[in-house]
Amino acid sequence: MTASSTLAPLRRGRRTRLLWLLGCLALLAALALASVALGSRQVGLEDILSPLRGMPEGFDQAAVAKRMPRTVLALVGGAGLGISGCIMQGVTRNPLADPGILGVNTGATLAVVIAMAVLGLGNGSGDARTMVWVAIAGAGATAVGVYVIGSLGQGGATPLKLALAGAATSAALGSLVTAVVLPRGDIAESARSWQIGGVGGATWATLHQIWPFLLVGLVLALVTARGLDSLALGDEVAAGLGEHVLATRLLAALGAVLLCGAVTAACGPIGFVGLVVPHACRLLVGVGHRPLMVFSGVVGACLLLASDVLGRLIARPEELDVGIVTALLGAPFFIAIVRRQKVKAL
Amino acid sequence: MTTDHTLAASGLSAGYGDRSVIEGLDLELVPARITAIIGANACGKSTLLRVLSRLLAPTSGQVLLDGTRIHRLPAKQVARTLGLLPQSPIAPEGITVAELVSRGRHPHQGLVARWSAADDEAVAEALDATGTAALAERPVDELSGGQRQRVWIAMALAQRTDLLLLDEPTTFLDVNHQVEVLDLLTDLNARRGTTIVMVLHDLNLAARYADHLVLMEHGRIHGAGAPGEVFTAEAVRTVFGLENRVIRDPVSGSPMMLPIGRHHGVAED
Amino acid sequence: MSAQPSSATPPSTLERVRTERRRRRVRRTVTVLVLVVLIAAGFYASLAIGHRVYSAGEIWRVVRGQQVPGASFTVGTLRLPRAVLAVLVGCCFGLGGVTFQTMLRNPLASPDIIGISAGASAAAVVAIVLLGLSGPAVSVIAILAGLAVALAIYLLSYRKGVAGTRLILVGIGVAAMLDSVTSYVLSRAAQWDLQEAMRWLTGSLNGAAWGDVRPVLVALLVGGPLLLAASRDLTVSQLGDDSAAALGVRVQRLRLVVVIAAVGLVAFATAATGPIAFVAFLAGPIAARIVGPGASLLVPSALVGALLVVVSDLVGQWAIGTRFPVGVVTGVLGAPYLIYLVVRTQRSGGSL
Repeated sequence: MTASSTLAPLRRGRRTRLLWLLGCLALLAALALASVALGSRQVGLEDILSPLRGMPEGFDQAAVAKRMPRTVLALVGGAGLGISGCIMQGVTRNPLADPGILGVNTGATLAVVIAMAVLGLGNGSGDARTMVWVAIAGAGATAVGVYVIGSLGQGGATPLKLALAGAATSAALGSLVTAVVLPRGDIAESARSWQIGGVGGATWATLHQIWPFLLVGLVLALVTARGLDSLALGDEVAAGLGEHVLATRLLAALGAVLLCGAVTAACGPIGFVGLVVPHACRLLVGVGHRPLMVFSGVVGACLLLASDVLGRLIARPEELDVGIVTALLGAPFFIAIVRRQKVKAL
Repeated sequence: MTTDHTLAASGLSAGYGDRSVIEGLDLELVPARITAIIGANACGKSTLLRVLSRLLAPTSGQVLLDGTRIHRLPAKQVARTLGLLPQSPIAPEGITVAELVSRGRHPHQGLVARWSAADDEAVAEALDATGTAALAERPVDELSGGQRQRVWIAMALAQRTDLLLLDEPTTFLDVNHQVEVLDLLTDLNARRGTTIVMVLHDLNLAARYADHLVLMEHGRIHGAGAPGEVFTAEAVRTVFGLENRVIRDPVSGSPMMLPIGRHHGVAED
Repeated sequence: MSAQPSSATPPSTLERVRTERRRRRVRRTVTVLVLVVLIAAGFYASLAIGHRVYSAGEIWRVVRGQQVPGASFTVGTLRLPRAVLAVLVGCCFGLGGVTFQTMLRNPLASPDIIGISAGASAAAVVAIVLLGLSGPAVSVIAILAGLAVALAIYLLSYRKGVAGTRLILVGIGVAAMLDSVTSYVLSRAAQWDLQEAMRWLTGSLNGAAWGDVRPVLVALLVGGPLLLAASRDLTVSQLGDDSAAALGVRVQRLRLVVVIAAVGLVAFATAATGPIAFVAFLAGPIAARIVGPGASLLVPSALVGALLVVVSDLVGQWAIGTRFPVGVVTGVLGAPYLIYLVVRTQRSGGSL
């Protein structure tokens, strides 16, 4: 008797969660449609569907064909960043962890710029896949470096120390990026696209280069989700619950780095999505990592798509890069999180 | 050295934002005596001390220093008469004891005036009086809790004020250091006639060291007077909501409170 | 352990207090003198060194206003304003930085970390690129933006009082936002000039002219004395707001005056050279290490700031194969120090 009455709210919770998920998916579909339709040239539903029916192509259809990969990249990228942020916050037990705050984006940029300047890698199709590897390696190395710096000294990796370590690393790596690029006028233009994140230049080829990385990252994320739930209780309790603390942490971190590294390789640095999304989702579905990851993926995709569409609309006929839009939207959110935290916990 | 300075509050109300902490409080401090303010958490003890030392402006009523509204007086003039030791003062990293104590001379210095021989003397005397002269060149960070508290008191002494207000000077100290600090304040009062007002947590130490007790309850004064008169089982029950018994302290003869709690009934006397 | 009741002060304590204080004053004076000499040496080197090295005699004649073929242009028009500007903005950043650090009692709370430089820089870029302004108008907009950002950060981090750590994190968030504004405006500029962009992202002395020097000099002449007059109050305010008030400091008024002066210095300097990375952040803590804790750090910090900019510019120009803007050098120098500070941050937040 008592058991069933205690269970009832749990079941109800699951049902609400499902409703929320359906709602978010509907929003995502609407945004995807808007992303294909809206821009400097407005397109009707007819034009979007016509290529699918094999109709002849006009300007509108050409615009749609160009927006398709862009929409998919924003969707995939947003999902990747959302999940990656969710993992990073879980692994570090730190509410401010995010690829942008931790300086991971700058790390990827530096690695790519060095590869361009020293190894002479360019934009050839064969080089593109290598570049993804390079970006991921840079992202990974930076993530580990920042975390190690943040956890040295008294009190371990507090949010304040982690944020500062990330800011310091970003600044240092940013200066190094400049130092590498400045003497090389020939790579300045391609390096520039690495400083502001955007999905504008997306092609199907871009997506083709990154999907294996995203897939592996996603699998790692889902496999370690349960483990992250245990880690949330502290290393000792997690070990007491039979968790392999180190292994879980390493695998999860690898997944996070693969996801955000691949997205950064395709889009350039996009900040704050990984920070904002998991927090928003926690309000919807609580702290369990499995539902949280699913939601973070969907909501992240929504956020990046919405930011991209917004960037196209407010600066017409030009476009505002999505990296700038997310920073403008995300920074106030970051501040709100900081304000909510108790000072001692910072 | 005797003091003629008086500090009094009349019709005093104060609070933070919309939240009122003290309401319509009247108080006159006894010159050249030690006064201890006691009461339950959040009853307004620290707020009262902050208003008295003009750190917080009252919402109504006034604080009178020598008959003049304290909030109207020039800041440095007040600081030469009235010193305050806040609950958690901050020592800059690496600062030495002598330097920290020297900061107490700030109200005596003008914009351009150089450090004078009198300043040196005041610092030296404060170090001697608190027994911290031997620590003068040591960084404050390296001191024990009790030593550090004596250094802060030394800073307040270097200020050479006739009134000294202290907000819980004994918190976070071991019991031996608590007694050490209270003894020091008693010496000070006896030798220089300094009026001392302090918020204290430990009721029994308050009753032992204070000449005058102020019991506070919900932003008002429940009772004020000599410990023997106001510190009764009845008063403690009202102010703290605690069953208790007050007996005579076999050491000092002052009243002493024993808490009862739920598990220990009244024993045979 | 009990206090020795003694009416007469034993001479030993008095003597020790006196010698200790004199020792500190001597150390401070020597430090200041050494810094001045080093800056002078760096200043001279910036005038002399280049593709062509000029002799002291030639430089002296140029400085006195005589016409020297070649040197008059290279030294008088190119190198001299650059070196003067380096010293001035260094002083401004150093003073502004140490003021914030002292007032907020946290070495991490310098204007270049909590977004004030970023605000001034973003405003300057908007004024130049989007509004087509130049000259003093840019400085004015930069200082207004700097003040607005300072106020915004203060209000945003206010929740039952301002805690240092919260203010720093809020500042980092604001800085990220403003940096993205700067990047955006720059990317929309007529052509992507990397050198020009570098100025507004990391700071650069390239193309410094006398026109840039004047507003900074005025700012330093106004803001500097204002801060120096408040220096003793500032030193006392390190003991916490309550203690400072108890010692007769009007904390609110001090804060207002000091923030306006410090933001003014930083914003004017930023409008001239861009936010030279980490100078404001580094000058105070370095000065504190040299002078020793406790003393007023304003003058030493200004000098350290000037020295940092002059030397970093020399290094950026001539020590490495390529010529780098000064901000890249200070950025690479400053980050390890920031990391060091992060590592040793204590629960209390720490002071200078």
